[in-house]
Amino acid sequence: MGFWDFIESFPKKWYKFVDIFFEQNGYVKVAEGLQNTLTIAVLGLLIGILIGTVIATVRVIPKYKFLPRLLNGICTFYVGLFRGTPIVVQLLVGYYVLLPILGVRMTGVEVSILIFGLNSGAYISEIMRSGIQSVDPGQLEAGRAVGLSFGTSMLKIVIPQAVKNILPTLGNEFIALIKETSVVSFVGAGDLYVAFSYIGSCSYEFMVPYLVMAAIYIVLVMGISLLIKLMERSLKKSDRRN
Amino acid sequence: MIDVINLQKNFGGLQVLKGVNTTINKGDIVVVIGPSGSGKSTFLRCLNCMEDPDGGQIIFRGVDIADMKVDINVHRRHMGMVFQHFNLFNNKTVIQNIMLAPVHVGCQDLRKAKRSNTINSIRNKFVGEKKRRELIPITTTPAQIKAEAKAQAIELLKRIGLEDKADVYPSTLSGGQKQRVAIVRALAMNPDVILFDEPTSALDPEMVGEVLDLMKDLAGEGMTMVIVTHEMGFAREVANRILFMDEGVILESATPEEFFSNPKHDRTKEFLSKAL
Repeated sequence: MGFWDFIESFPKKWYKFVDIFFEQNGYVKVAEGLQNTLTIAVLGLLIGILIGTVIATVRVIPKYKFLPRLLNGICTFYVGLFRGTPIVVQLLVGYYVLLPILGVRMTGVEVSILIFGLNSGAYISEIMRSGIQSVDPGQLEAGRAVGLSFGTSMLKIVIPQAVKNILPTLGNEFIALIKETSVVSFVGAGDLYVAFSYIGSCSYEFMVPYLVMAAIYIVLVMGISLLIKLMERSLKKSDRRN
Repeated sequence: MIDVINLQKNFGGLQVLKGVNTTINKGDIVVVIGPSGSGKSTFLRCLNCMEDPDGGQIIFRGVDIADMKVDINVHRRHMGMVFQHFNLFNNKTVIQNIMLAPVHVGCQDLRKAKRSNTINSIRNKFVGEKKRRELIPITTTPAQIKAEAKAQAIELLKRIGLEDKADVYPSTLSGGQKQRVAIVRALAMNPDVILFDEPTSALDPEMVGEVLDLMKDLAGEGMTMVIVTHEMGFAREVANRILFMDEGVILESATPEEFFSNPKHDRTKEFLSKAL
């Protein structure tokens, strides 16, 4: 089928798609898929930020004693593990290997949230570490000098400044996460891809559904970019105003 | 108040402090001078364990704080520090900078007291009349701690004439203003001693005066201070003891008059001839 054929047949395909979308409960599937995609991405990001911050903090603790060294070793292994394997492999191993071994019952969406959280934690830890290292060491020293503990100084002084520095990169990570969720159908979680391929298989016509799916992803990502920009602006309060 | 006994510090293979001995009494204003690389900043930073000493003792409030087992955070509350580059918390407004530590420490102590009260009140139900432990009276609330800290912070800001800057971020202040805020931030904890690490070295010549004036004020009030500085005139005027350091040891310890008019050591004479 050539390009002109596609243009010629597009209205027909479009009506077919609209018909399935509205008449045969396609929109329910899509709403469900959108909800799952967003749930996985947002919760995954939150878990990732939590894990990433902890790992990054462990990695910048001065390492005189045994315990920090041990923790650092564990964190290095963790990051190596999750950066060294594709996300699809992690999902499959998590769902088909670990769940039966541990004897836990979880849905595909729950497994996906967990795996995406663990995975992005590994990436965010490196982002966060560079953010923490970009903050003047004097800030931590000043915190310690007034009698705050290492943890408190990190939490109240260093990490807020680090987050401000890495917000654009963190936004990138979120966008990547949203797009990567399109593989969760491997473990039976119904995301946007599942919804649109359902619509496609109802009419044996995949062109329009997949184009619409692409458009939805683009709109999502553009919305997130806008949100990040707004957040950056509100965090810039403490910068020098020119 | 602070007894420093045979303090040693290495960076890698380089021995920066080679056994420093001195005593800082209450109300002393000790100025540490010396050529760069002499270890004077390291000495100051070792005093509150910003750099962990490799040997020797620092006896502060009757405890050897150079011992790694000591909870250093408790002792640092009584030991303010002012840095060369101010190090105001960039993500906090001026008043938050001053309030942060008093509020946090106050609330922490309150939580600790409440926790131990809970444990002790349960324990008291099971032990005999004589073995019962007294409960710590709780006289304050987090809100009250915060209000007190705020009142104190405003008071301190008024003192340095910056009360109109309370709600701005440090990035909008001048160097001299930042350093004065840093000094009152240290004061907010009501410390027994304040350590100054070259407080005027990063300032415009015009702004040095306002910071030195505030320090003179503090000196007049009897605050114990240890100051590393290159301001010879200030040292002469305010100090009641001058430590001259070179190559990791204290070469000379004397009153300012004696030090500037009649230095004993050859190295001191050489330094002063260049510096003055």
